[in-house]
Amino acid sequence: MPDTDEQTPVKLTIKDFQSDQDVRWCPGCGDYSILAQVQRVFPEFPHKREQYVAVSGIGCSSRFPYYLNLYGIHSIHGRAPAIASGVKMVNPSLDVWVATGDGDGLSIGGNHMIHMLRRNLNIKVLLFNNQIYGLTKGQYSPTSLLGQITKSTPAGVIDFPFIPVSLALGAQATFVARSMDRDPKHLQEIVRRAESHHGAAFVEIYQNCNVFNDGAFFQFTEKETKDDHIVYLEHGKPLVFGKERQMGIRLDGFRPEAVSLKEGKYSAGDLLVHDEKDSTLAFILANMIHNPDLPRPMGVFLALEHPTYEEQMADQIARAKSRKGEGDLQKLLDGEETWVIK
Amino acid sequence: MAKKVQTLDEVTIRFAGDSGDGMQLTGTQFTNTVAALGNDLSTLPDYPAEIRAPAGTTYGVSGFQIKFGSTDILTPGDTCDVLVAMNPAALVTNVKILRDGGTIIVNEDAFTEKNLRMAGLSTNPLEDHSLKKFQVHAIGITKLTTYALADMNLSTRFVDKTKNFFALGLMYWMYNRPLDQSIRFIEEKFGAKDRLVAEANLKVLRAGYNYGDTTEVFTTRFDVRPAKLPPGRYRNIMGNVATALGLVAAAKQSGLQLFLGSYPITPASDILHELSRLKEFGVKTFQAEDEIAAICASIGASYAGALAVTTTSGPGLALKTEALGLAIMLELPLVVVDVQRGGPSTGLPTKTEQADLLQAVLGRNGEAPLCVLAASSPADCFLTVYEAARLAIKFMTPVICMTDGYLGNGAEPWRIPDVAELPPIPVTFAKDPAGFQPYSRDPVTLARPWAIPGTPGLEHRIGGLEKQDITGNINYDPDNHDLMIRLRAQKIERIADDIPEQTVEGAPSGDVLLVGWGSTYGSIKSAVTGLRESGHSVSQLHLRHINPFPRNLGTLLSAFKTVIVPEINSGQLIKLLRAKYLVDAVGFNVVRGLPLRSEEIEGFVEKHIGGNHA
Repeated sequence: MPDTDEQTPVKLTIKDFQSDQDVRWCPGCGDYSILAQVQRVFPEFPHKREQYVAVSGIGCSSRFPYYLNLYGIHSIHGRAPAIASGVKMVNPSLDVWVATGDGDGLSIGGNHMIHMLRRNLNIKVLLFNNQIYGLTKGQYSPTSLLGQITKSTPAGVIDFPFIPVSLALGAQATFVARSMDRDPKHLQEIVRRAESHHGAAFVEIYQNCNVFNDGAFFQFTEKETKDDHIVYLEHGKPLVFGKERQMGIRLDGFRPEAVSLKEGKYSAGDLLVHDEKDSTLAFILANMIHNPDLPRPMGVFLALEHPTYEEQMADQIARAKSRKGEGDLQKLLDGEETWVIK
Repeated sequence: MAKKVQTLDEVTIRFAGDSGDGMQLTGTQFTNTVAALGNDLSTLPDYPAEIRAPAGTTYGVSGFQIKFGSTDILTPGDTCDVLVAMNPAALVTNVKILRDGGTIIVNEDAFTEKNLRMAGLSTNPLEDHSLKKFQVHAIGITKLTTYALADMNLSTRFVDKTKNFFALGLMYWMYNRPLDQSIRFIEEKFGAKDRLVAEANLKVLRAGYNYGDTTEVFTTRFDVRPAKLPPGRYRNIMGNVATALGLVAAAKQSGLQLFLGSYPITPASDILHELSRLKEFGVKTFQAEDEIAAICASIGASYAGALAVTTTSGPGLALKTEALGLAIMLELPLVVVDVQRGGPSTGLPTKTEQADLLQAVLGRNGEAPLCVLAASSPADCFLTVYEAARLAIKFMTPVICMTDGYLGNGAEPWRIPDVAELPPIPVTFAKDPAGFQPYSRDPVTLARPWAIPGTPGLEHRIGGLEKQDITGNINYDPDNHDLMIRLRAQKIERIADDIPEQTVEGAPSGDVLLVGWGSTYGSIKSAVTGLRESGHSVSQLHLRHINPFPRNLGTLLSAFKTVIVPEINSGQLIKLLRAKYLVDAVGFNVVRGLPLRSEEIEGFVEKHIGGNHA
């Protein structure tokens, strides 16, 4: 079944995706940028406005559906993937998006997240990761860093954080990507890629909470440091980074290392070439986070084609109908053994 | 030799054996055969929570009780007339419900020293005269089965697995029932796939039947004439199957896609199994990762325009609590089926109970009213869940349909409805963007419009935060919150104007009114019949609609001197009745994980009347 609406394309603009509700995030919150990038690229997609459904749970990120002038449900904590699954199964022609955060999507809703991803429903997840609980005012989240001081961890976090990308890969997601609130162009591109992916898409977005965890991602987002601390993943291209693109990532066995392209020992030909179809490589890239000497990969880690859940569901129904004919209710009620009393 | 045939009005038989002995299958086969001969019947599967407890232990005993007759059969029987026990454990755990003078048929080959020890017996009951008030037939069922299959060169293990069909064959002979139905079953189940298995089972079934015919042990066989049921076409049906069919029928009559989100839980899983087979009806079944996802997917499905259902049992209903509150806030149609089991916590997963009622009616955070219905018999699950779907759609609300383990797994004859006679379930989706407001209300039902994604111009956001009246926008105004709470409650109250008035069975006034709900219908009815025969002024009132109550309920209750409420819980309906009607009702409560016994209800009522008179 096609995901896209094949009828006459309608010219939509950014205005079509702005609702009449006042946006109530804190001034300076990274969520504003994410909302703006989504509103900017949605008009490009081949759907009518009524075909979109945005579902969220609870948390700052989950206010998202209110600010898009679309069909939407602002549901309960952690359950957005399950609610979105029901919407998509019943009407596969809808374009279903989930907005969630590190608490909503990975803590209380972790179970729904992994199962929705492994089923490969054609649902797009935008996970706003700010490594803190914002709406409840500053407790640590499952992505908070070891030692992080928060309201509920005055002596520092002692539980090991999730790497959202690794979790999604482990959950057999067919599309896994990472982007940042402060990199609008890149975020727009990743949202486009998620939309065009046929299946469940998981997008982690580094998002700055300027009230409770300000600067958590500054080394990746600020002009002075970002070039040395991030590497953009591009399918079929070697991993090069640095202000003058003087550095690269090469594989020593299964171990990625950062090498200089200036010293003459290594050239672009020695570098790791990104392959979005390689799930083993995706794990290696996701694990680069453990080595502080390596830059943080941004972009599409994995993009695989698998049949979607809702397609297979519809297919089983179609096959049953062609084999047995359209169900006859009276026959069903009658069952196999009946008798008559006069 | 010619054997005497004696005609009986009704008989209760209990098949009991190890979980692996196939007692549920044996019982179901016997049930299907007597049903097809036009007997009225009621069954009670009574099996352990362990899938295969160690063979020979008392906690591994699986039982299946069937009462059938030419009369109106209301319960599976307080006691049984015949006990078929495949081993000592099955005998000791079940002999207490056998009536004095009742018949015991045991597999004497299973009465080995080891099995006696496993059953906690120091002496062999077949030899120690402990069974002298019963007629005991000790038959070497294992040996006879082995002889019957001697020429087929089968393993001992395999032979052992067929011995339940020997017992079945013998019972067919004893109650003068034909083998056809079971022969057809064996052929269909194994015939094509495995000739050898089919042949072996058929041989053993016939061997059991012929054993009754030829041996001199049995001098009498019994006949039970067809029951005088209302005219019509009948089938035998289990409650969980009736629930599944009711949902498919409601989807068909409403023209909606049926969506079931469910997580496996005893004793509700059979509804998921049934519906997952009905793909040619376009039914979408989703086995979710947990109970919460199951209801949440159903909420999403309802938002997208399906007839959405989630099925569960008590612990699952507890997990769905928060999402039920969301469904109430979103004002979307949703059917929740609770096949109750023994609680609290994991409780008695395979046993029946009525202790989820207050959870269903009240168990949510905040002021969160919804509609609650309850089925009164296995076949009644069909119409009750159908009614649940109708009300959910008409009033844009979640509806909880209560059944229980006994109803779900129990069976009875069902007069098959004509599809054309089913009440219509009209559905109107909002289409017109002019003046559309997500929380505007129908003046009669107070239902809000159902506006589904894909409809141009009706894009709107809904959520769990309090809404402004009419627009549905987030709103924290104190007076608006008070108004919304009242509106949500009034909407549920208005259901009372849409449902039939409550009826009383028997005189509309008198000394005692027995008020019940759910699966106790048969037990109460049979008690009422007994009490009336003894000259008491007793009537029965059985509720299908529990929230809201039928509009005339208060008037009906006030026409009786005493209101007695029998329930398989510690007194839940009675609390609701007392709270709403200030009626000084008396509870009769026994919570054993089993249906109430009619004679206990009778005894309680007699004692109460006696006490009052004294």
